[in-house]
Amino acid sequence: MGTIEKIAGPLVVARDMLGSNMYDVVKVGSGKLIGEVIQLKKDKAIIQVYEDTSGLRPGESVVTTGLPLSVELAPGILSKIYDGVQRPLDSIEKISGSFISRGIDVSPLDKKKKWKFVAQAKKGAKVSENSILGYVQETELIKHYIMVPKGVNGTIEKIKEGNFAIEDEIATVKSNGKTISLNMIQKRAVRSPSDFKNKFASAEPLVTGQRVVDTFFPVSKGGTAAVPGPFGSGKTVIQHQLAKYSDADIVVYIGCGERGNEMTEVLVEFPELLDPKTGKPLMERTVLIANTSNMPVAAREASIYTGITIAEYFRDMGYNIALMADSTSRWAEAMREMSARLEEMPGEEAYPAYLPKRLAEFYERAGKVESLNGKIGSITIIGAVSPAGGDISEPVSQGTLRVTKTFWALDQALASSRHFPSINWLTSYSLYLNALHGWYLKNRGEEFPANRRKAMSLLQREGELKDIVQLVGADALPDSERVILEMGRMIREDFLRQSAYDLIDAYTSMEKQHVMLGMILYFGKRAEEAVKQGVPSDKIVTMKVRADISRMKEWKEDTVASQSKKLREEIDSAFNSLIKEEAIAAKNQ
Amino acid sequence: MKYEIEYKTIESVAGPLVVVKNVKNASYNEIVRINMSDGESRTGQVLETGEGYAVVQVFGPTNGINIDKTSVTFLGDTFRFGVSEDMFGRIFNGQGKPIDVKASVKYEEKFDVNGEPINPVSRTMPSDFIETGISGIDGLITLVRGQKLPIFSASGLPHNELTAQVAKQATVKGSESFAVVFAAIGITYDDASYFIDEFKKAGSLSRTVAFINLADDPSIERILTPRIALTTAEFLAYQKGYHVLVILNDMTNYAEALRELASAREEVPGRRGYPGYMYTDLASIYERAGIIKGKKGSITQLDVVSMPGDDVTHPIPDLTGYITEGQIFISRDLANRNIYPPINPLGSLSRLMSNGIGPGKTREDHRGVADQLYGAYAKAQDAKNLSSVVGAEALSDADKVYLKFGEEFESRFISQGRDEARTIEETLNIGWDLLSMLKEDDLTRIKREYIEKYYKKASK
Repeated sequence: MGTIEKIAGPLVVARDMLGSNMYDVVKVGSGKLIGEVIQLKKDKAIIQVYEDTSGLRPGESVVTTGLPLSVELAPGILSKIYDGVQRPLDSIEKISGSFISRGIDVSPLDKKKKWKFVAQAKKGAKVSENSILGYVQETELIKHYIMVPKGVNGTIEKIKEGNFAIEDEIATVKSNGKTISLNMIQKRAVRSPSDFKNKFASAEPLVTGQRVVDTFFPVSKGGTAAVPGPFGSGKTVIQHQLAKYSDADIVVYIGCGERGNEMTEVLVEFPELLDPKTGKPLMERTVLIANTSNMPVAAREASIYTGITIAEYFRDMGYNIALMADSTSRWAEAMREMSARLEEMPGEEAYPAYLPKRLAEFYERAGKVESLNGKIGSITIIGAVSPAGGDISEPVSQGTLRVTKTFWALDQALASSRHFPSINWLTSYSLYLNALHGWYLKNRGEEFPANRRKAMSLLQREGELKDIVQLVGADALPDSERVILEMGRMIREDFLRQSAYDLIDAYTSMEKQHVMLGMILYFGKRAEEAVKQGVPSDKIVTMKVRADISRMKEWKEDTVASQSKKLREEIDSAFNSLIKEEAIAAKNQ
Repeated sequence: MKYEIEYKTIESVAGPLVVVKNVKNASYNEIVRINMSDGESRTGQVLETGEGYAVVQVFGPTNGINIDKTSVTFLGDTFRFGVSEDMFGRIFNGQGKPIDVKASVKYEEKFDVNGEPINPVSRTMPSDFIETGISGIDGLITLVRGQKLPIFSASGLPHNELTAQVAKQATVKGSESFAVVFAAIGITYDDASYFIDEFKKAGSLSRTVAFINLADDPSIERILTPRIALTTAEFLAYQKGYHVLVILNDMTNYAEALRELASAREEVPGRRGYPGYMYTDLASIYERAGIIKGKKGSITQLDVVSMPGDDVTHPIPDLTGYITEGQIFISRDLANRNIYPPINPLGSLSRLMSNGIGPGKTREDHRGVADQLYGAYAKAQDAKNLSSVVGAEALSDADKVYLKFGEEFESRFISQGRDEARTIEETLNIGWDLLSMLKEDDLTRIKREYIEKYYKKASK
């Protein structure tokens, strides 16, 4: 037991701490505030405290738990909402009311609830870390596999079946002559990645239902994406959209140092929203970590690790996890704050010199892996970045871009013209396009990647032409180029722009994306031909059928086939009559 | 453990910081009283504590503090502020002491001024429309009860008039239990008294609690002022059921006080000398807006942020924008052209707008009209830029229409009287008048059924 010597904000120095380990969790003061040892100097320990230290005095005691910061993993974790150190916010509410008070000690999981455990391993089987003993059907969609915890190697002596609470014995394992009793709980230290057998490159996209993402800048299952953008550019909305609609099995959403009302929005919306694939409430596949900006800063630092460790646990069961971290900049700032209090030598913009390494370590915990039990699962990380002043030359953005392979550049100018998602098509990129090419060919055919290339080059051409228009006006352009301008506008407004608030538009299937872009390009092809046949561009850019194209967004998924057939015919007849008119006019002259 | 211990062991005084030695275990954030030799006393707070010493920040000037004669009393508690409904109609200084002539205020309860974070699961999503009567806000940047919305302004712009107008008109519209908590943070005497006068004129002073820290008051006191104001607001909202509008004016002065304190403590400076924890610190103020499940009242914040050099990327507006739920952007360009209120919708945003509008709240077509007006005004700006290069004559017909739309939008929709309160119906109808200048096919952001219902074909 140690004694507090000094307190400055979330940083506490205690002496007589010999025997405690680096990164041990400690209970600080008479209020038993949770803290973590972050430096050791002879008998002194420097501790970051995860709660407000007001009122704490030198001379009060510090007790080490002897354990590193860990999360508790067992059935009951899905649809929970935790703070940064895995305390359930609903349990905290029961104890301290609407405001979070300090020193609350609550169990992360319900220890009384009984779960029906179905055994899969047999007596006498050899088991080791993460071997599957059996499962609990936690929600209709998710089988929660019960795995052997780290450090246990041996043969199953006994395995039970039936209804158990998570602390009840479900199996015993004979290991080195000793019998070890196992229950359903695994504890994992959050700061070290879990072991696995192999990591592979993924060749399957995370399908998100967001047109600009799926068609132009996809991220693979097991990949990483960075979303930097100034405030008001829609980072959080994009993160929410991905959490709602991406085709992951489980979503871990970390609200790291962001707004309280945003977390409330998730809590209100998700239980009501149904997964477009399965029709089940989205909350059933979601774990939320909420450490809002006004909650203690040290716990914010921990929240990212808590989230990724929970994701790894489900990955080891063979699931595809999408992890959203909003925002990693707040996490980096928490590091900076602790670093400054430790009086470490500051690096760029006063961030600690180890910032890039921490960022890299975090994103490297993504990937598609074969876990120790042979199951194949993946973690996709989508990290929001909030660069100061929207300038991505700052250290967090740069450190992130070096280790992530998809970059969705959010653009203030697009946001202020209400083009959402405000992902800039000219500066964003996805390095997964080659790896995913096979998937697109197999699932959508050759036309899809060709359409993407075509659309992208039109957008680039439009960008160049717009510079010219700024100088001389659109009227000065030849007809063929005015058609390109119109095509660019249609791709931007009728395809890339997507409303998160419109129930139909919020999610677009790959099939519908394919049809929509194909339709716009078909219009473009017909327009090009018409221009060649002498139809003036003025007539093309004012065609009525354009309005119908812009309303493809309103098509319900199950009517896409019939509506698209009809629209294609309309486009054909509109162009045919334009060309005919033009021919008659030419004859009459 | 509340015991008072007096020490006469000041070791050093530098800026707002006093180091006291031989202190036996002061608690972190403990409040101290500094007893001057002339009998006067000042308040301070423990910033760092160790065995045998404490670093104290003094709220107020440090002149007159004497190493030999001044003593420091540790009060054994963190800063707690006494609040009550008797505070209505009263004026306090930045530390919460009454400065009007009347007697002291009896408090009902005392609270820690730092408050405690609201549990996200205990929050209710803000979704009640507040009608401010200002078209630019109601139509395009809709304010919602429980929201925190800053006003990004700069020197020489009429943010005070706008803030006062919002406070007055929202008060008139609001229910019985509406209250205003006004915190002047480092603003001039003129500006502070303007607000008090306006509240008096509108007859709402009896529903107002004012905390005044003027430009020449001690800057360290500014650390305290918004926290005292919010503690008062929380009491009124969550214990007494008032819908409280908190006006913090001006948060730039607050942030500068924070920087002053950080540099006095010799901390590693972050961007432009502001401390690295400024985001967290600002969040601890802004996040105190909201609505709590099961409680009647609410706290809505309007925070004035004057942008140094009109620069929105300056750390103060930048970090504010990352925490608050949108911003109202005051434009110097509009103000120079005598448009009041000079709200530029293109830089403005209300993140909670979608929750507070639509059928049953405002009107079914609100979302579409707002989006279309934004889009059309953005196009009008493009047309304007183009016309400044090629001349208005060379514009295409479509661009000319948008140019005209932009002018009308500014003069009819954005611009209104300083005492004019428009209903949301009026605001949306003006919006349709303007949209009817455009071609029906151009209204791609509005659902067809609403176009059929509201688009004015005849007026074309």
